[in-house]
Amino acid sequence: MGTTLLKKVWDLHTVRQLPTGQTQLFIGLHLVHEVTSPQAFDELRHNGWTLARPDRTFATVDHIVPTKVRTRPFIDVMAEDMLASLERNVREFGLRFAGLGDDRQGIVHVIGPELGLTQPGMTIACGDSHTSTHGAFGAVAFGIGTSQVRDVLASQCLALEPLKVRRIRVTGALPKGVYAKDVILAIIQRLGVRGGNGYAYEYAGDVVDRMSMDERMTICNMSIEGGARVGYVNPDETTFEYMKGRPFAPQGDAFERARAWWKSIASDADASYDDDVEIKAGELTPIVTWGVNPEQSIGVHDRVPAPAGASDPKAVSDALSYMGLTAGQPIEGMKVDVAFIGSCTNGRLSDLREAALIVKGKHVAKHVKALVVPGSVGVARAAEREGLDEVFRAAGFEWRSAGCSMCLGMNPDKLEGDQVCASSSNRNFKGRQGSPTGRTLLMSPAMVAAAAVAGEVMDVRELD
Amino acid sequence: MQRITTITGRAIPMRGNDIDTDRIVPARFLRAITFDGMETHLFEDDRKMGGPGHNRHTFDVPAYQGASIMLVNSNFGCGSSREHAPQAIRRWGIQAIVGESFAEIFFGNSAMIGMPCVTASSTDIKALQDLVERNPGTELRIDLTAGTCEAGEFRCSVSLPPNARDAFATGAWDTTGLLLDRYEEVNAKAARLPYVAGF
Repeated sequence: MGTTLLKKVWDLHTVRQLPTGQTQLFIGLHLVHEVTSPQAFDELRHNGWTLARPDRTFATVDHIVPTKVRTRPFIDVMAEDMLASLERNVREFGLRFAGLGDDRQGIVHVIGPELGLTQPGMTIACGDSHTSTHGAFGAVAFGIGTSQVRDVLASQCLALEPLKVRRIRVTGALPKGVYAKDVILAIIQRLGVRGGNGYAYEYAGDVVDRMSMDERMTICNMSIEGGARVGYVNPDETTFEYMKGRPFAPQGDAFERARAWWKSIASDADASYDDDVEIKAGELTPIVTWGVNPEQSIGVHDRVPAPAGASDPKAVSDALSYMGLTAGQPIEGMKVDVAFIGSCTNGRLSDLREAALIVKGKHVAKHVKALVVPGSVGVARAAEREGLDEVFRAAGFEWRSAGCSMCLGMNPDKLEGDQVCASSSNRNFKGRQGSPTGRTLLMSPAMVAAAAVAGEVMDVRELD
Repeated sequence: MQRITTITGRAIPMRGNDIDTDRIVPARFLRAITFDGMETHLFEDDRKMGGPGHNRHTFDVPAYQGASIMLVNSNFGCGSSREHAPQAIRRWGIQAIVGESFAEIFFGNSAMIGMPCVTASSTDIKALQDLVERNPGTELRIDLTAGTCEAGEFRCSVSLPPNARDAFATGAWDTTGLLLDRYEEVNAKAARLPYVAGF
């Protein structure tokens, strides 16, 4: 019987079994940002601990950075305080740092892969739940809290419980206008927001095999929205091609040796799984969330559900009331006030290309505020080289600087009042986009682009 | 190392499934470099929207002030990995949470700060929530070792994964010390990884 990637990587990184029964796992890459680290650094100082492995640690700033005016000090004194604190900490503890103004700055889950820091077979940790993104490379990547950030800073290890593995095979062919974002929303719709508790999700099948790294990252990114802390794809030639020439990737002969090792850590063909699920790609349509968690979604041509007959009627009626929707109402035609393209889910070059294709030669509807926020300085520069910024500007989008932006309300980009936002981000929780009554509709970047142009939710395939 | 085997006190019911950490502490309140005062933002958006009387948010009901145990439903703490959520709950005064199920990262973050999240059947959770709503003065007693929760005449079983239970019982829930112990093994292990040693 073969072994899964999860088990191989887990075993290779196991230092020992702790007296508590947990595994002490070595962490190959620790990514640090301004939100979940300051308290951890304080504890290091308080206890007289040093940074265990500066060579395995890398920091950037993403959540709180303004995407419009980036002059220092920031107008928001608390945001300024957080960045200043991170700058102090990286100096004092000797971390590598892509700070504001650095060409490598960006959303932590965009720059890790882009710089080649993220590699197959690694264990990766970061104080952010979307760390699962890095699993796209065949890494085992965990989102952690601040006390665990402290543990990794001090010891380069985590104390963890082993995970079960559910393989999710996406088979067939994706219909036109259906993207990686729709695949992961469909998986969450089917398995639920709690379905992944205790599991790592291994994404497989011919659809995933044919996907680019950007698409695989979108899928792995939202594993946590399905309750799975870890999601991964077995590394293959697509992965290795992506790795080539990245600043922190092995070069020359070392790359060839790395490729052989990376291949060896993929799940064996005869590996056994704790659960196995198949998603038929041909049956998928563009998906839109109608509610307040990522499981509450429907096809763009479907109608929002009624509480009666739902497994949790109160959750459905609460969500409908928060969203200002009536049971049975079509989601198509719902008016949107804001369109947001960006985030660690869909803020990469291929996402911007897809959206640009949709909006080229068209214009954002009069009542819509539309913004594109590249996931990193690298993505922004690459997009600008292709002229995508001009396409977006000409269509009435604002072209912003790299950061988490409107995915969450930690920087000046926020919804106001009960605005409805067509968003390429990952969470439609109440208040997630910075206004306590703001409403989020999650969808693919192409669907956001179509909604921006139409001023309402529509099927991107029907845009003239 | 503080050993945690029993938690006693009054309880506060917090009903609803899939309560995410953005609800518990909205992201805009994460703009801080310490956890000090995080409890003032606990469920802040929901509490501001709650009215007087029956519409009052559970955390604003006078009878629940001073509670040390929270009673929740399923998948509590899903979403963002922010430790600010369990920190706010703990700093408000909660020492243990009893629920149908917990999101994995939230469970781990709570354990790291010495706040056990124990599970019970949905029937028992409902019974406990009902009981506390009828009589908020009821004293609960959770015994992690025996795996029980008592509330007056009512008694039900609660569970924790054995490793977590042992960690609380021995005080080893504070993991940094354990991980730093025998640190030479960590670097020896790392040196055998090709990406650390160099391909």
